[in-house]
Amino acid sequence: MLNSVGLSFMLLLSAVGAAIVERVGYDYYKYHPMPEITNWMTQMEKDYPGVVSIVNYGKSYEGRTISLLKIGLNTGEKKKAIWMDCGIHAREWIAPAFCQYFVSQILQTYKTDPKMEQMMKDMDFYVTPVLNVDGYIYSWKDNTTRLWRKNRSPGPAGCDCYGTDLNRNFEANWGTIGVSFDCCSQTYCGTKPVSEPETQSVMNFLASRKDDFLCFLTIHSYSQLLLIPFGHPDFTANNYDELMEVGLGAAEAIRKIHGMEYIVGTSPAVLYANSGSSRDWARMQGIPLSYTFELRDNGTFGFELPEDQIKPTCEEAYSGALHIITYTHDKTFNGAVVTAAATLWTVLLAVGVTGANLI
Amino acid sequence: MGLRIIVVLAVLMGVTGSPTTTVRPETTSVDTAAHPNSIPETAEETGQNEVFSEEEAAEDVMATGELNPNHYPAQRAAKVVQHYLTTRYGSPYRLFGLHRVHSGNAEDVGDSGRKYQLEISVHEIISNTTQKCSAEVFFPHGQKQESPQVQASCEELLNISTKAQEEALYQQYKMNQTLLSAQNLPDSHGHIEPDVKPLWHLGIVASSFIMLKESSENTLYNMAQVANITQLETENEQLKFDCHTLLHDMVSQEILHWKLLFAWSPAEGVKVLQMEQLPHCQHCEKPPNTN
Repeated sequence: MLNSVGLSFMLLLSAVGAAIVERVGYDYYKYHPMPEITNWMTQMEKDYPGVVSIVNYGKSYEGRTISLLKIGLNTGEKKKAIWMDCGIHAREWIAPAFCQYFVSQILQTYKTDPKMEQMMKDMDFYVTPVLNVDGYIYSWKDNTTRLWRKNRSPGPAGCDCYGTDLNRNFEANWGTIGVSFDCCSQTYCGTKPVSEPETQSVMNFLASRKDDFLCFLTIHSYSQLLLIPFGHPDFTANNYDELMEVGLGAAEAIRKIHGMEYIVGTSPAVLYANSGSSRDWARMQGIPLSYTFELRDNGTFGFELPEDQIKPTCEEAYSGALHIITYTHDKTFNGAVVTAAATLWTVLLAVGVTGANLI
Repeated sequence: MGLRIIVVLAVLMGVTGSPTTTVRPETTSVDTAAHPNSIPETAEETGQNEVFSEEEAAEDVMATGELNPNHYPAQRAAKVVQHYLTTRYGSPYRLFGLHRVHSGNAEDVGDSGRKYQLEISVHEIISNTTQKCSAEVFFPHGQKQESPQVQASCEELLNISTKAQEEALYQQYKMNQTLLSAQNLPDSHGHIEPDVKPLWHLGIVASSFIMLKESSENTLYNMAQVANITQLETENEQLKFDCHTLLHDMVSQEILHWKLLFAWSPAEGVKVLQMEQLPHCQHCEKPPNTN
């Protein structure tokens, strides 16, 4: 018996040791190359069995797997969902950093915060830390590739340059405005809508599940903006007022953290007109709350945001994202709770009445 | 739809301007006659978005009249003011960022161009102070790309004196046994070694001359990176530098490469002697023949 106690104790110690090493090991406030992010995803799945699972949902042009983390307290039913993707543009390194931070935050807080626990019960979070895997890896190659934006598919025949702007490649007023048909341009929208495997991956995954998704957040940098649909100036979302109001609430939540101002509005109003964006496509699919986050800064460091700004940027963006997610959840589920309660009372009353009759 | 695409492409191509220019030693930009700053009270506590949160007038295509300060026409014009202030007052110890646009107004000046009047706050990055400015930006509408003209009046811009630090740096660089050189400022991780920070700052000031010159209502320029900055032999008491700078235009999302030759001294400030746009190395990326 002492042997088995001793053995159990040793197992316990190693489990604790392993857990401590993991928590100390991953630095959310440094930029990580793709292999480290992949390892981190594997580790998350290991550390949170039944809560976190990896879903491989596509392939990049260069044949790499595109993966997301599905996070939720498994109720065994088909659940409503939140979508978040980061790194659709390779050089925006703060975005994948935020996705990883977001994941670690919700996994930490649900254990002690009843609200987060409830949200994780009611909804699943689908988080893609790096959507444009090839581009991201390319931006890590050397000093000359750091500012790469697009994916890495070769241009059409006769083209001298690589890459399509994935955020102009979605089927949402594709090719109409804010794009270039010059394959060397940073906003080259591709040979046709959804020509790129990365775009196809997102579309294929979401198209069959669009009724489940309540919220679509796509994370970029830089400019400190919260952008709402649509990128085309002639189109207004039918829930524009709601999008603005919730967006302004998110900007206020952001401001409370470190005082940073994020401007809220449609792309054509506050930045520039564009078409074929993932945010617009998601909205057109019927996902009601669809936002582009443009994180820090305002141009001082631009894409090369110093690592000592990762923490504050993530903290404020988390606050903003949480505002939108909480609104989305409460709008969907408080009503359902009331309905469920009413149903329950009706059933009980019916049983009570019939029961009384039976007696 | 074909016409729209052509217009979009034409606008995008209009951004880059002429590929090679040589600029004489800088002539000072138009200076302001002091005029009273009447800065309207804005919703300081509640944040930038409160000012104009309700409706968006369908004004943005040819923004004229009172402007929404959060919308791109005022923001782009304000960024031009940032570049102007940097060229005018920037130094290794004084750099500007646009903090906020409080209000703006635009009007056409006949056919010659459009004039913007702005009330903005600028952030002096090194001292971490913010101050208000009134500015006027005129964008000429000509056949070929012309630089905007800026006048600005900021109350306390030069309040914090940087003279001593500038003088010390100047002497240090003048006495260098070996000429200084630095690359990739900032590096991929946003890091800059403290001892080369002044070189980064000088690179930003010099680049601001280009950003100012190249700006239009269809651009929004920020620094992307100082790829290389090299000190040359001091000439006429002016420190001289050769610089390869990368600029980011937010509207086209392009990275523009420029080469600069500039001089600096505390007395004269930064003066650009030569500037030249470099073609981006497209052929470096040519895909293998896939026949």
